[in-house]
Amino acid sequence: MKTDQIGKERNRVDGKAKVTGEAKYAAEFEAENLAYGVVVSSGIAKGKIKSIDASKALALDGVLQVFTHENRPGYMWLDKNYKDDDAPPGSPFRPLYDNEVQFSMQPIALVVAETFELARYAAMLVEVAYETAEHDTDFDANLEQAYEPEEYKASEPPKPRGDVDKALAEASARIEQTYTHPAEHHNPMEMHASTAVWEGDGKLTVYDKIQGVQNSQQYIASAFGMSQDEVRVISPFVGGAFGSGLRPQYQLFLAVLAARELQRSVRVVMTRQQMFSFGHRPKTLQRFKLGADADGKLQALQQEVYGETSRFEDYSEDVVLWPGVLYPCDNTKLTHKLVGLDVYTPLDMRAPGGTTGIYALECAIDELAYEAGVDPLEFRKKNYSEKDQNEDKPFSSKELRECYRQGAEKFGWSKRKMEPRSMKDGHQLIGWGMAQGAWEANQAEASAKAVLSKDGKLTVSSATADIGTGTYTVMTQIAAEALGLSLEDVTFKLGDSDLPKAPLEGGSKTVATVGSAVKKACEQVQEKLLKLAQEQSNSPLAETKLEDVEFSEGRISLKRDASKSMQLQDLLQHSENGSLEGEVSTKPSDESKEYARYAHSAVFAEVKVDEDLGTVKVTRVVTAVAGGRIVNPKTARSQILGGMVWGMGVALHEHTVMDNHLGRFINHDLDKYHVPVNADVQEMEVIFVEEEDEVVNPLGVKGLGEIGVVGVAPAIANAIFHATGKRVRELPITMDKLL
Amino acid sequence: MEKENPPLPPLQPVTLRINGKEQRLELAPWTSLLDALREHLHLTGTKKGCDHGQCGACTVLVDGKRINSCLTLAMMQEDKEITTVEGLAKDGELHPVQQAFIDNDAFQCGYCTPGQICSVIGLVNEGKAKTMDDIRDLMSGNVCRCGAYVNIVKVVQEALERSDAR
Repeated sequence: MKTDQIGKERNRVDGKAKVTGEAKYAAEFEAENLAYGVVVSSGIAKGKIKSIDASKALALDGVLQVFTHENRPGYMWLDKNYKDDDAPPGSPFRPLYDNEVQFSMQPIALVVAETFELARYAAMLVEVAYETAEHDTDFDANLEQAYEPEEYKASEPPKPRGDVDKALAEASARIEQTYTHPAEHHNPMEMHASTAVWEGDGKLTVYDKIQGVQNSQQYIASAFGMSQDEVRVISPFVGGAFGSGLRPQYQLFLAVLAARELQRSVRVVMTRQQMFSFGHRPKTLQRFKLGADADGKLQALQQEVYGETSRFEDYSEDVVLWPGVLYPCDNTKLTHKLVGLDVYTPLDMRAPGGTTGIYALECAIDELAYEAGVDPLEFRKKNYSEKDQNEDKPFSSKELRECYRQGAEKFGWSKRKMEPRSMKDGHQLIGWGMAQGAWEANQAEASAKAVLSKDGKLTVSSATADIGTGTYTVMTQIAAEALGLSLEDVTFKLGDSDLPKAPLEGGSKTVATVGSAVKKACEQVQEKLLKLAQEQSNSPLAETKLEDVEFSEGRISLKRDASKSMQLQDLLQHSENGSLEGEVSTKPSDESKEYARYAHSAVFAEVKVDEDLGTVKVTRVVTAVAGGRIVNPKTARSQILGGMVWGMGVALHEHTVMDNHLGRFINHDLDKYHVPVNADVQEMEVIFVEEEDEVVNPLGVKGLGEIGVVGVAPAIANAIFHATGKRVRELPITMDKLL
Repeated sequence: MEKENPPLPPLQPVTLRINGKEQRLELAPWTSLLDALREHLHLTGTKKGCDHGQCGACTVLVDGKRINSCLTLAMMQEDKEITTVEGLAKDGELHPVQQAFIDNDAFQCGYCTPGQICSVIGLVNEGKAKTMDDIRDLMSGNVCRCGAYVNIVKVVQEALERSDAR
């Protein structure tokens, strides 16, 4: 297919705004007479607030109010009004609802003052007396009390197949191991912030850090009993989110509450420490039992998952989905239970369920391959799944074999010696490991509008988000492609609740979802352009059909005879009101639902482990991705590279440490919570293998936000085994565990 | 109830020279340079990512040296030449490091980017980076959660080559 834009490397269209500081994030919008709110966080994990004494804070000149459960307004406090688009089953947390403390660092007061400095100081003067109750945040001690939720937030675990116990007994190679993944926090660079601008007459414009403006709008309208017309939510730039912005967070609620009560504009920004007070990737324990026959074919697979949740919501993610997608096996048993603790509800974090589940699965498979004496890559080739066994559906496309081939070749896998500790460079033990990954290629419903104006400029819009993923750029490319325009002539608008409806940006589905709507909206404009062309006297395009024409370089032309063509700008002079519009809603086709739709990856990693010190350096990672059609190889590569850095963090660095004595995450800043920094990252390569898919969605694309993460941690863990001969089954793999 | 008024420190006149322009402000003495830029001067290109000197998002240049603007008070930076990301482009033309960030796609969400850009310029001024490992080490005070490090290192390499060529 001939393309001018799709599949071409393009710089980000919002690049200039980001490198000059012009791009404005939620805490950066100005408002007249703006007041500042600072949140007071609870010092205990469970109990009751006996009293809050704000008198010292209120006595300061310039402190406007201290909001607590005692003086909050008395309207709309039913918990169903606090539901949002990403809420798990249960009863959502309601800020300042009553004197109950349900988790450590719960927001218990908002101090509002004329300046930020003053609000911060005044917040330190608020005195809180607690009646402390006994909390329990000890995951390991509560496994016995784990329960199956009435309703799973994500999918239900697939039904058991065959007879696992019998197959295990008959297996010639088997392993039985437990893998632990710690709690982790998203830590986007931008802290959660909301600027609530008081417009008078009860109306608000809120600049919010969120992955879907309409989710915040609906949440505010419902929690405060406002009509949707009274609250507009805007979020043109999001300084990273990774799932942290899927649910409206408490700074939004508090900023709106203060703005309404004070009838003036209020900004609330969390501190970095408070970024550890809402939502995290849950601590998860997984027990695996695997068995293979003498040919190295998987015969038995049991995965028993325990995931952390809060006392008030049942958070679960798709941890047990992956065996059925990645490995054919007729005897499986998959369970997922929840451990309720006195913590805030966990929250989807980049590749939720996949990061956790694929890490453990791919490490367990590596162990089984060694048990069976088969090369890990060879083992995966022998156990290649041709269909999704969870749903018994064929794949819409799956070029994973090509990922194996190209990835292994680039990495030099064929030169690997199977034996652990067999490769050395001085004091450095060298290890090579690999893993595979998958992530869903979903499409949801969305709307988009396209307006081609008289001057030949196209404006396309949808209320989606760009959290760094490149939405602005790829949507501009898709629209420019459809109408044969240059990128400069196309503007894509997002992040405004007034725009056509779009779902949350999450789950690697935005290009498929919003892109399909953008494409179709532009196709409506194409039809109108053709009609207009045909209405002209002596039209060279009279009697032609849409499929016979193409749009390129600002012209509409007959495909088989390019001399028959017309300039779009000339045509537009004849349109009734000087512009042409298309507005559509799209949803996945019925045909696509007949197939399992996944992106796949193969990851190869090299580590060097210091024999004496146990330090690990990831010296090389190659990821080969089968992700459908790649709209922009430049931004796509960045997304996969970022995912690989995340995978490295999962394997080696990230761990939010719960102090069970205090019931509090104790390493709650960027000094003690380790994320990969520049010095951690060495060579990284990304390969996109060709993958055509005419079923998955009209664009043939698969999301890339999460597939880059999932296979990396197990590839590194397996490489560390290969280097050291040691299996560390508790993440992160820090040097103390290797000595 | 009798309320005691704890004394607040009085506002201080502070004069800062930012991007070649003199700015006169009345600030509480505990106002950080970062908050003075963002909240008092509306120069929001400089970002707050932690407020504790742990992330580098607030990096600015003071007399050509890169510092974390959250770790200094505004009133300590009088009589110095402060450059923020807003002051890098000249006559509508991007600074070569800004352009290199775009061309190498060395960012995603863009939030750490102004700090990274100032840090690269500061690193080149320091003249210490000789190897790839030097670059990676000397850029490790600027966290990028989107993980654009491979591309950021390319920007630094190009900037060092440009400075060698001069």
